[in-house]
Amino acid sequence: MINQLSWKVGGQQGEGIESTGEIFAIALNRLGYYLYGYRHFSSRIKGGHTNNKIRVSTTEVRSISDDLDILVAFDQETIDVNYQELQSKGVILADSKFDPKKPEDTEASLYAVPFTEIATNLGTSLMKNMVAIGATSAVLDLDIHVFEDVVREIFGKKGDQVVAKNMEAIQAGFDYMKEKMDGNVPTMVLEKADGKHRMFMIGNDAIALGALAGGCRFMAAYPITPASDIMEYLIKKLPELGGSVIQTEDEIAACTMAIGAAYGGVRALTASSGPGLSLKTEAIGLAGITETPLVIVDTQRGGPSTGLPTKQEHSDLMAMIYSTHGEIPKIVIAPSTVEEAFYDTAEAFNLAEEYQCPVIVLSDLQLSLGKQTVEPLDFSKVEIRRGKLITEGLPEIEDKGYFKRYEVTEDGISPRTIPGVKNGIHHVTGVEHAETGKPSESAAVRVAQMDKRMRKIENIRFNTPVYKNAPHEEADLLIVGFNSTRGAIEEAMERLEKDGLKVNHAHVRLVHPFPADELSPLMQSAKKVLVVENNATGQLANIIKMNVGFADKITKFNKYDGNPFLPHEVYSKCKELF
Amino acid sequence: MATFKDFRNDVKPNWCPGCGDFSVQAAIQRAAANVGLVPENLAVISGIGCSGRISGYINSYGFHGIHGRALPIAQGVKMANRDLTVIASGGDGDGFAIGMGHTVHAIRRNLDITYIVMDNQIYGLTKGQTSPRSAMGFKTKSTPAGSIEPAISPMEMALTVGATFVAQSFSTDLKDLVALIEAGIKHKGFSLINVFSPCVTYNKVNTYDWFKENLTKLSDIEGYDPSSREMAMQTLMKYNGLVTGLIYQDTERPSYQDLIPGYSEEPLAKADLNLDQAHFDKLVAEFM
Repeated sequence: MINQLSWKVGGQQGEGIESTGEIFAIALNRLGYYLYGYRHFSSRIKGGHTNNKIRVSTTEVRSISDDLDILVAFDQETIDVNYQELQSKGVILADSKFDPKKPEDTEASLYAVPFTEIATNLGTSLMKNMVAIGATSAVLDLDIHVFEDVVREIFGKKGDQVVAKNMEAIQAGFDYMKEKMDGNVPTMVLEKADGKHRMFMIGNDAIALGALAGGCRFMAAYPITPASDIMEYLIKKLPELGGSVIQTEDEIAACTMAIGAAYGGVRALTASSGPGLSLKTEAIGLAGITETPLVIVDTQRGGPSTGLPTKQEHSDLMAMIYSTHGEIPKIVIAPSTVEEAFYDTAEAFNLAEEYQCPVIVLSDLQLSLGKQTVEPLDFSKVEIRRGKLITEGLPEIEDKGYFKRYEVTEDGISPRTIPGVKNGIHHVTGVEHAETGKPSESAAVRVAQMDKRMRKIENIRFNTPVYKNAPHEEADLLIVGFNSTRGAIEEAMERLEKDGLKVNHAHVRLVHPFPADELSPLMQSAKKVLVVENNATGQLANIIKMNVGFADKITKFNKYDGNPFLPHEVYSKCKELF
Repeated sequence: MATFKDFRNDVKPNWCPGCGDFSVQAAIQRAAANVGLVPENLAVISGIGCSGRISGYINSYGFHGIHGRALPIAQGVKMANRDLTVIASGGDGDGFAIGMGHTVHAIRRNLDITYIVMDNQIYGLTKGQTSPRSAMGFKTKSTPAGSIEPAISPMEMALTVGATFVAQSFSTDLKDLVALIEAGIKHKGFSLINVFSPCVTYNKVNTYDWFKENLTKLSDIEGYDPSSREMAMQTLMKYNGLVTGLIYQDTERPSYQDLIPGYSEEPLAKADLNLDQAHFDKLVAEFM
C-alpha cells in the first residue's frame, strides 16, 4: 500500500490530455484524496507536447512531486520528455499505435496498450483517453465505478449511450491491462482516503469566488493567459447577482473602466498577467492620485514581453510594487495557497475601500492554474468593510462649495462619496489637487496631499503579513518565499529537519508595504537565509535587503526556466549551504 | 428644478479668451438644466488637453482622467450607476488619436452615455502640433513642411462601427448645440457629438470665419433624413464632413445595458454586497 501516487498523462495538445487528467482527478478527489495537479502546456491550440501531472495523496499536498509513478503516453515525445521523472519501479502505459520505445537508461517498465485500437473498436478513437484511465485503474487496482458519476456529468448531455460507451472504454482498458499484468506487474494500491468531500479547484477559481464573496459586482478585463479563467467564471456568475463583466477592447480600457466603476461606487475588478499589467500602469497611477479603490489581479507568467506565456515565473514583483510614474500608495498582497487566494481577494476589496488606493492581488501561474484539493472555505470569515464611504446624509454645502473629498486627516484617509449623492459634489483629477479636488500647483497643497496619500498605508492592517512556520528560536536556516513556492519549501523543510537541521520558514504574504518588522526577528535568529523565487535577479531577496537588511546572510535561489520549484531542488540547495 | 446657474461653479477656466470650449461648457450646462437634471446626478468625465479641463468647470460630479481614456472611465461610471447621466468629453487628440481605440469600441458597445468632442484640429495644450483631424498640408510645429497624413473623418468612422447617434455642431451655434446635447442625453444608447471648437491661438487656418464659410447645416438640405445611414454617409462624403446637425440616429437598437443578461435594474452602486450563505454554498458545491 502506498499513501501517495504521482501520475502523468501526456500527448499532443488538442488530444484531450487535459480532460483525461480532469476525469481521473475529480474521481479521486471525491474519494477523499488530496490532489495537486499541474499542466504543462504551450501557447497554441493544437499540437505541441502537453501533459497533466497529478499527485494523489492521503494527506494535504501543495507541490508538484519530485518523481513519477505512472506515465500515460499518447506519443513517443511524451516518453522522451518525461521518462526521467519516473521512479525505478515506475510504469509507462503507452498507446501501442505509435510503437512506443523505452529509453535505455530507465528501470521503469513500459507496457504498450492499444488505447486507440480498443477505442476505435468500441466506436470512436476519441475514447482512447478513457481506455487509458481504465488501464491506469488496473495498475492501481481501483474500482472503475468511481469514474461513473464524473463520466455522466461530462457526457450526460450527449445521451446515456455516450455515457455507457465511455464507461465501456474504461472497462475495456481495465480488462486489457489486468490480463496483461497477470500478476507480473506490481500494483500500486493507494491507502484508503477519508472519503470527505472537498473542493477541487484552481487558484483562479478561488480568486473569482473570493471576488464574488467580497462584494465585487463589476469586472472589466481583456483575455490573457493565465488570468482569463477569472473573467470567464465571473461572466457566468455575476448575472445572478445583477452584476456584469465587460470584455474590453484592451488592457488600458479594462483598467480605466474598472476605475470608473469603482469611482461610481461599485466594487470593481480587473485581472491580467504581466503584459496587461504593463499596459495598466498609467491607470494604476491615476487610481493612486485620485484615491480610487481598485482591485487588480496579476497572475504572473514568464516575462519579459510575451516571454513564456504558459510558464511559471515571479518576475513581476518589483513592477507590481513600483511601476507607474510618480509615487502612490499601493497595497500588494501575495496569496500562497488556493485558500489564501480566496480570502485575500475578498479582503482586497475591503483594503481598497478602507485605504482608498489600488490593491494588487499577486498570483503566479502555478497557483492560478494548478488544480488542487482545497479544505472547506469559511464564508463567515469574509467581511464587507467600506471604510469612510458616505452615501447619504451629507450636510448642505454653501453656495458653489465642494465636498472635501481629499480632506487632510490624521490617518490620511479622507471621507469619500460617490456620484449621485446629494451635497457630495467634488472634483476628481489626476492633476495634483486641493481638498475639494480642484487642481492646485501650490507647493504647500502638493506636500500636504502627497503626505496625506502616503500616510494612508503606513499602518496598514493585514491579517497575516508573513506566514511563519518557525519552530526554532535559533535556526540554522530560514527559507523565505512568496506565492506558490510554499509547498516545495514545506516539503524541503520536512526533509531537512529529518537530517537534523533547524529550519524556519517564512512566506511573505504582504509584499507592499513590506512587513519588515515581521520578518526581521526571524532573519536575526537564523544563521543563514535562503530566498527562493522564480526569477533571474532575486527580486524578493533584493526587497528584503532594502527593507530588512542582513544582506550577508542571504543566499538567492533562483529558477527561471519556466518550471515551478520541486521539493528536492529546494532541499538540495539548502544542503549545499551546510 | 435646477437651472443653468446651478451647473456653474466658481472655477475660472484656463482657456484662452475666445476659445470655442467656453460655448461647449455653456451648452452642456444649459442642456443639463433643460432635460431636468440635478447637479449630483450628472457625471462629466473628461480626458487630457485644454478641453479635458471641462469636467472641473461644471458644477456636477466630475472626473478628469488620463489622456485618451475618458470613454472607458465614463462607461465604468455608467455601469456602476445606471441612474446617472454620464457625459464624456475631450478633444480631437484625446478621442481620435490616443483614445481612438476606445472611441470605436464605445460606439459599437452603445452604452447609454453622451460623448462630446471639442474638435479644434490641433494640439493646443502642448502648444501647436498636428492632430489626426488636421488636414493634409497643415503646417504645425510637428509638421513644418505640412502634414502628409490625411485627416480622420470621425462622423463617417462612427457610422461604419455601429453608431446609433451621430451629430456635429459648431461652438458658436449655441442653440443648435444645446438641442443636440439634449437629444444626445435623451438618446437610449451611445451618442457622439463632434463640435468644431476653434483654437484661436494655434490654429490660424480652421478659424471661426473659416467654419462659417465652409459649414452647411443639415436642416438646410432639403429632404435630409437622419434615420437613413446611407443618406448620412453620402452627405458626409459630398460635403467632406463639414455639416452640422443630427447626422444619424437609430432609435430602434437597445442600449448595451438593456442587453446585458441579468443586469440589475437598481444601480450596482446601491447593491447589497453580502452574499447569503446558501448562495455561497451553491457556488462551492460546483467545485466538489
